[in-house]
Amino acid sequence: MGYVAVKGGSEAIENAKKLVEFYRLREEVSPLEVAQIQSQFRLAIDKIMGEGSFYAPEYGALALKQVEGDILEAAFVMRAYRATLSRLYYSEPIDTKNMFVERRISSSFRDIPGGQILGPTRDYTQRMLQVNLATEDDEDMQKFLTEFKEDVKGAEKEEVQTFSKVVDLLREQGLLKGVGNNEDTKLMDVTRVAVKYPAPRSARLQMLARAETGGIMALGYSSMRGHGSVHPTVGELRVGLVDVHVTDNRKRKRYIGKVRVTEAEMISKAASKSAKKVPYYSIGYGLCFGQNETKGICMGILDRAMRIPGNNAPANDQEFVLYHTEGVESLGFTNHLKLPHYVTFQSGLSNLRKAVKRDKSSEEEKKEGAKTNGVLQQVNDDLI
Amino acid sequence: MVEEKKFHRQFNYAFIDERTKKEIRRKLLKAVCIPGYQVPYSSPEMPIARGWGTGGLHITLSLIGKEDTFKIIDQGSDASVNACNLRDFVKNTTDCDTTFETSKATLIQTRHRITEEELKAHQIMIFQVPQPEPLRGVERYEKKTREMHAEADYAKMWVSLYESFVRFGDIMRGAGYPVKVNGRYVMSPSPIPRWDIPNLSDAECLYLFGAGREKRLYAVPPHTTVEPLEFEDVKFKIEQFEGLKCEITGEQIAFLDELYGSDGKTTHVVNDSDFMDQIKEKERPIQWVNRYLTEKIEKTFNKN
Amino acid sequence: MDNKEWLLKVENLTKIYGEHSVNTLDKTGPLFNSNQCPETGAIVACANIDFTLHPGEVLGIVGESGSGKSTLVKLLYFDLMATAGSAYLKGYKNDNTNILEVSNQQKRFLRNHKMGMVYQNPRDGLNFRFSSGGNIAEKLLMAGNFHVGSIRERASYLLESTEVPVPRMDETPESFSGGMQQRVQISKAIANNPPLLFLDEVTTGLDVSVQAKLLDMIRRLQQDLNIAMIVVSHDLSVIRMLTDRTIVMKNGRIVEKGLTDQILQDPQHGYTQLLVSSLL
Repeated sequence: MGYVAVKGGSEAIENAKKLVEFYRLREEVSPLEVAQIQSQFRLAIDKIMGEGSFYAPEYGALALKQVEGDILEAAFVMRAYRATLSRLYYSEPIDTKNMFVERRISSSFRDIPGGQILGPTRDYTQRMLQVNLATEDDEDMQKFLTEFKEDVKGAEKEEVQTFSKVVDLLREQGLLKGVGNNEDTKLMDVTRVAVKYPAPRSARLQMLARAETGGIMALGYSSMRGHGSVHPTVGELRVGLVDVHVTDNRKRKRYIGKVRVTEAEMISKAASKSAKKVPYYSIGYGLCFGQNETKGICMGILDRAMRIPGNNAPANDQEFVLYHTEGVESLGFTNHLKLPHYVTFQSGLSNLRKAVKRDKSSEEEKKEGAKTNGVLQQVNDDLI
Repeated sequence: MVEEKKFHRQFNYAFIDERTKKEIRRKLLKAVCIPGYQVPYSSPEMPIARGWGTGGLHITLSLIGKEDTFKIIDQGSDASVNACNLRDFVKNTTDCDTTFETSKATLIQTRHRITEEELKAHQIMIFQVPQPEPLRGVERYEKKTREMHAEADYAKMWVSLYESFVRFGDIMRGAGYPVKVNGRYVMSPSPIPRWDIPNLSDAECLYLFGAGREKRLYAVPPHTTVEPLEFEDVKFKIEQFEGLKCEITGEQIAFLDELYGSDGKTTHVVNDSDFMDQIKEKERPIQWVNRYLTEKIEKTFNKN
Repeated sequence: MDNKEWLLKVENLTKIYGEHSVNTLDKTGPLFNSNQCPETGAIVACANIDFTLHPGEVLGIVGESGSGKSTLVKLLYFDLMATAGSAYLKGYKNDNTNILEVSNQQKRFLRNHKMGMVYQNPRDGLNFRFSSGGNIAEKLLMAGNFHVGSIRERASYLLESTEVPVPRMDETPESFSGGMQQRVQISKAIANNPPLLFLDEVTTGLDVSVQAKLLDMIRRLQQDLNIAMIVVSHDLSVIRMLTDRTIVMKNGRIVEKGLTDQILQDPQHGYTQLLVSSLL
């Protein structure tokens, strides 16, 4: 039967639910453990936490398991779960100068104070399929880990230190100017209020941090490639752990834990508005959960692009960027087309039939084909 | 390792936390005070996909109490899969009574239809709205449409209706026909067929609209004027089912679905599943008075 | 000046782009042959503009590009926001309300009922997604005409009087020639019989023969409707053909004003003399 059986809808969805569960398990391979997913699908979990806007790796891993590996669907599950939790505190601003840096690069300078730290990255590996992983077992794992630990033991270890910011170098010389959003000092929490446009920068950055990685990559790329004018340099990209504090009811600062974040500070030249003034550098800022460098960089590009006045390029147009990169919303609405629309369709159909009738009766009109096409277009427009 | 208790969790009554429910109710009050005005609201994420009825659910869940009886329809049908899913969700999180019978329901959530049966003062109809902005078709920016509403600048909307007439000989708006509420705001009635539009005006019941993805709520309070946009000489028209009747009940005055059998024959049945059941099993419920019905149908009906 | 018979009064109208200092106005203008402030780099598009327009009168504004003449009408039609100054319209709110400071809703009312604008570029004045008739309909609808039949009748009449073939009413202006697009723009601008019409370089870029016909049509229309006009042009021949009085602008300031005939025969300012001599 069709999916709008006169009765029996509940039964149908119950069966569909069972069937999809069967598809997940039918090959009878041992069920994945959440811990396995969490540790070995690290980057997937980072994406899920970013787009799900919920820092909870175990929950991310569980969500990924539940939805058979669809990252966006997992982010959706995380968002839904997150919405049931009360927002008790807003954290104090995180100072990324105090980050425990795991990776830190700058493409603006050959060397930077504290040095470039490549850290864990696949950037400079050859992307060849590693066939040996197909037979990887515990023994292989132990062998690698033992060797790796041996290597590290031999190396000289410096004291753990924090690093000053590359952009501060430029700022101190007066080459980098602030964004000038001094009015936007109180965070606008987009999970609590509906954004109105133009949106303040705090809302824009929050929305970008929650946006779908692929979506902001497409738009960030478009701005670099020619539909826009932002082609920045990586002032500094760092990945690492930062401490999170909240202020409790008695105004005491409390440490609540660490989160891993990716921070991108993109530098691009800003043409001065007045011809009399010298140009300067301006920053595009990106910060997201986990290690997600594509997102950090593209967020930085878009933060900068959206501050360019005028909507001359898609990436400069904040309504365009922010509405359409919201992954969970885009996912839902594009998929809602699967819902029945027969009432809506019937309504358009009745118009179309009448128009065709009118068209046939007016014989002097020879452009029948063209007209009907127009009508069809209109009917499609109606089917929202 | 994941601790067992970490994943143990009880959900709040009606899923949404009480503070957020309060916020939604406050916004609904505002919506009722300014009929047709789109009120921005928090629109918390739901375990239901955006575009699948989250706005309707927000309203339902923020209003529902233990004494309520809940009915939900999708395209007129109580048994449509999405309606079933949402009903299960509401039922599971509130343990309220649910019903298919329109007259027994206190809260009716709907996607794209108003019931054929007239609603009463104690009933609230809650619409799931995909696109709350009636002007989106003529103006793509939210910033601008907000200004247009504020200044009652509906020129572009009117020209688009004029253009539709010029090109196609009639106003080719199907479902979701734009209406003016209380003489002020132009509003999207959600994609209900034109057949249902007259029922919005001067009704006994309260109509609430929720657009979750777009984060807007709006309302048509009882006894509020709702007029479809029309010209003095080119009028709003509803779908007409002249000469057609329901294959099962013989009913003529109802929104009919068009079905294609495997033998290639076209038949029609009443769209509103409960209305059909009532006619079949009990007696014909009291219907809205649809003043846009042509006389022809009215007469044939009276003869029966 | 006759104070009883006026339609539009403009006082101290000024538009500056960018940051300006107290000296900006003193250090710009024709004396310095520049409209850019040497201190801040601000651009003075126009400053201290005063004039009065009489009902049914045609006022010309002439000057080279960058003289501020287009800015002037765009300020009065609310396309741009003035930095300073005021404008009063006879018959609107006791004649003493500065129309530059009223709400957007009121400004739209004024644009729909009291003024019309014809831009140099038809795309600025017409919506190319709508038919020509639809463009005219927009103005009529906003003035409260919701009868399609009478809208179409009025649109036909307007197109006919601006010499646009009426059968092409339902086509978009996209497919029209430049001259015809301007005629549609004029039809739209005068749809609600406004007492005041702004024409901003309406013949620029058109063929000479098309220009002549369009100017003829505008003159006839002006006489038939007795509509007051402000005609902006860099072309003195357009000014000579259409206008009664003329304002000459340079570097954002008025350098000379007077009867058009007088200015053409006996220009006082050096810049005007240059303009006139180039015409002859």
